[in-house]
Amino acid sequence: MKLSLGDKINQVKDISKVKNSVNSYLTRNARIGHNNAGMKAIPKTKMTKKTRREMISSWIFLTPSLVGVGVFFVLPFFVVIFYSIVNNPIQKEFVGFDNFVRVWNNQAFQLAASNTAKFSLIAVPLAVVLSLILAIVMESKIPFKSGFRSFFLSPMMVPTASIVLIWQVLFHYNGLVNVLIGHFGVDKIDWLKSADAQIVIIVLFLWKNLGYNMILFMAALSSVPKDLIEVARLESASEFQIFWTIKMRYLSSTVLFVTIMSLINSFKVFREIYLMTGDYPYDTLYMMQHFMNNTFASVDYQKLSAAAIIMALVIVILVAIMFITEDRYGKDIEG
Amino acid sequence: MHRKTGFGGEYRECIVERAPQNRWLDEPGGKPPENASTGSIMDAFIDSQNLTKAQAQSRISGVKGYNKAVRRAKRDKRIEFAGIVVATIIAAFFALLFLTPIVLTMTNSFMSSSEISANYGMIFQTTETGGKVFVSKTVNLKFIPDIVTFSQYFTVLIKSPEYLIKFWNTVIYVVPIVFFQLFVAMLASYGFARYHGKVKNIIFFLYIILMLMPYQVTLVPNYMVTSWLGLLDTRWAIWLPGIFSPFAVYLLTKFIRRIPYEVMEAAQIDGAGEWQIFSQVCVPLCKGGLISIAILVFIDYWNMVEQPLILLSNEEMYPLSVFLSKINSGEISLAFAVAVIYMVPPLLIFLYGEEYLVEGISYQGGIKG
Repeated sequence: MKLSLGDKINQVKDISKVKNSVNSYLTRNARIGHNNAGMKAIPKTKMTKKTRREMISSWIFLTPSLVGVGVFFVLPFFVVIFYSIVNNPIQKEFVGFDNFVRVWNNQAFQLAASNTAKFSLIAVPLAVVLSLILAIVMESKIPFKSGFRSFFLSPMMVPTASIVLIWQVLFHYNGLVNVLIGHFGVDKIDWLKSADAQIVIIVLFLWKNLGYNMILFMAALSSVPKDLIEVARLESASEFQIFWTIKMRYLSSTVLFVTIMSLINSFKVFREIYLMTGDYPYDTLYMMQHFMNNTFASVDYQKLSAAAIIMALVIVILVAIMFITEDRYGKDIEG
Repeated sequence: MHRKTGFGGEYRECIVERAPQNRWLDEPGGKPPENASTGSIMDAFIDSQNLTKAQAQSRISGVKGYNKAVRRAKRDKRIEFAGIVVATIIAAFFALLFLTPIVLTMTNSFMSSSEISANYGMIFQTTETGGKVFVSKTVNLKFIPDIVTFSQYFTVLIKSPEYLIKFWNTVIYVVPIVFFQLFVAMLASYGFARYHGKVKNIIFFLYIILMLMPYQVTLVPNYMVTSWLGLLDTRWAIWLPGIFSPFAVYLLTKFIRRIPYEVMEAAQIDGAGEWQIFSQVCVPLCKGGLISIAILVFIDYWNMVEQPLILLSNEEMYPLSVFLSKINSGEISLAFAVAVIYMVPPLLIFLYGEEYLVEGISYQGGIKG
């Protein structure tokens, strides 16, 4: 038997009845009691005691995670910052921004950064728009809705390693895609070893992530108040007007979220590339993670640290920009 | 309707104000403009002026206009139907696109190795080790194998155990990570949701930022700690960062915050201690959330490539995901079988927990919540 959260809350609400009776008992006693001042004082000290107890216990609950996150993510990040400004881990001589300059001028880094940026810049907006279209399609009265939803979500569940074989078959120089476009008189394209390789990974990225984004948009679309849409329809607003002026206003925070998630996921496309082409792919496929892997292999901590910090900064700045933009345009529909 | 569109427009005004083409409805004795449209307007007109149908007909330029309105309404219905057809076609197109690779992988796994090399010989022949295998000049796309054979599965499962060992590796990495990450995250998110404080809000914000960091950033500190602790090349190097990953904390906190505070307070008044409130009220109420997050964490780690590549140098310990790419291209038919075996657990979980998964993803949206 599956119960929704609401049902369960109803079950537990029986407990809250007990609490209500206790409350009314207390207030009745307070009314009867002669020493009003004393009655007032007691709940007050009780409250602070309670909150203090809650505060302490909540910190205890937090401890395991805090220790783990501290040890594995936060504290080492300070070490990373330290490494990025010294000449090497043994001499520990302060060199300022030399490491950053060195990484910035590194050709491999430039290639990786520009490839990653290019890919994200094209793939993320495409993912947002296409998944929004899919969500709108799913919102209309099409048949087999739940079937379609499962189909769209299934790529998300398929491990990259399993599906890479088929991608190789499809995008090889003698592969199926070339055979297919050959029927239309287009010349063969060496998909994985040419400038078009970016197209392939964009397709792969979209294939994997559209379903996930679509679910996010579907949830947001279903939360748009129906009465607003009905009023608009009665006022003979066109579907486009309804979409742009009503639904988009409610979707703006979801658009932000989907953009951020797509951006984060776009860095994971390394998996597909690595599993298809190995450590040293064609130039247009050389991504940030390749650069990191190769730097790990050469044990150049300073370079590694500087690169990680540059990347972290870029992401923080991007996310901050998106948040500020959303804050300016989507403020009036909180809650 | 307010014509001012875009983000600058105030939709609340839209509710109060009539659209310009409908303003005549509010004027006493107002007449529709020449190009008035749709049946719903007709109904609204009848309602607003308290008229019978016949009166309405005479008002709107006679029977002709009424019929016109009816025709318009019918046309609108046809357009709606056409819209549904188009939507279905788009959905079917994408569904086909999404499913084909999965189905192809599955059907290919049932083909014999000679059939595979006959079909895809051109692609994988480059590193083939000698042998007089017939290689066709073109690549054939085949959905249905000529002869269905299970010999690859037999080989993978019984004859050569190396694949199974790698599969087992993956299981050994993923199961503890899912279990303990959820446990640690559940405790932490209870702590976050139960009491708000300035320090705690800052820490929660830090968790969100950490969650947003890609592996390219987090792997560097992870590597340094694991090497400092001497855990490189051990399973702990994968386990520990996975267990303490802040991903589940954010989502679970959102789930717990949805539980009304009164529920926990009630339990407290009934004499439950913090641990009892946590384990007997909070965890059962979050069961759905826990399952959906477990699925999300599972698929993420089942799929891991970056971590083992950097944190492990011993290939014996690689999970199947990395090992699959290193499979000898002469054994390509085996690779298909292994690929299918590898995708079976996530797909089974998907079948069982699709609703939970959808709920979990939906929760992730609305980042402020």
